[in-house]
Amino acid sequence: MSEVEPADADETTGEIVLEIPARTEFVSFVRVVVATAAELEPHMDTERIDDLRVAVSEATTNAIEAHVNNDSTDRIRVQCNLAEDQVAVVIHDGGVGFDPDDLPELPPPESPERLLHESGLGVPLMRMSADESEIISNESGTEVRLVVYSSRRRRRS
Amino acid sequence: MHIATRRHERPPRTVISVYGDLDVVGAPDLRQEVVAAVAGGDVCLILDLSGVEFIDSFGLGVVIGSIKRVRQRDGDLALVCPEPRIRRVFELCDLDRVLPLHLALTDVPDPAAAPR
Repeated sequence: MSEVEPADADETTGEIVLEIPARTEFVSFVRVVVATAAELEPHMDTERIDDLRVAVSEATTNAIEAHVNNDSTDRIRVQCNLAEDQVAVVIHDGGVGFDPDDLPELPPPESPERLLHESGLGVPLMRMSADESEIISNESGTEVRLVVYSSRRRRRS
Repeated sequence: MHIATRRHERPPRTVISVYGDLDVVGAPDLRQEVVAAVAGGDVCLILDLSGVEFIDSFGLGVVIGSIKRVRQRDGDLALVCPEPRIRRVFELCDLDRVLPLHLALTDVPDPAAAPR
């Protein structure tokens, strides 16, 4: 699987790479590290860092869960690139892949049926929390690339 | 327990106050607490999320599951959720359109008046 570059590598002001065991108790650790790194980017405001935290939590949890029925000792790799007005995060796992285009569709918000769906919210929430998201998945693993913009950049675009 | 919960009576409802992160690790603890409350006959619940630091789809799933659980017993569940960062996650999923997010315990209507 290819390495994914941040949206604009020329503007990268810092990179952090983490490798964690595929265990759920490490999800909060990843959230803390990525959010703390994002706080170093002066234009990333609290609301956008909160969105980043949610998107990263979903992607990291999915990556860990992909290893649930897998005896491999593969680790989850989290690469966080800071740039002016954005943070890009790539989460890579070597677990069982999935088809991101084959996820169950949620009922519309007005429908009472909406409250019957306890699961299946993870990928939609990840996509809605990030400004850019890309999932590349096959039988050898999954790579999720997330980019969250600062509010300043969002206003400009 | 990975989160802290506190259960207290606010007749005619029972309040479950939640403290911590409602994610893949913490959310199952809340599910367990709600299951215990319902098993004990408390089916008119308030989940007070004022002390929740973080929520993702696992937390949302347990909240939705809790609503299903009490409604199966002709009960009701109301949410108190004053923190903007937690409200935002419900809003991103449009769940605030089917699930009123109250700012304070005093804003929660009487179960008889609650929309079902």
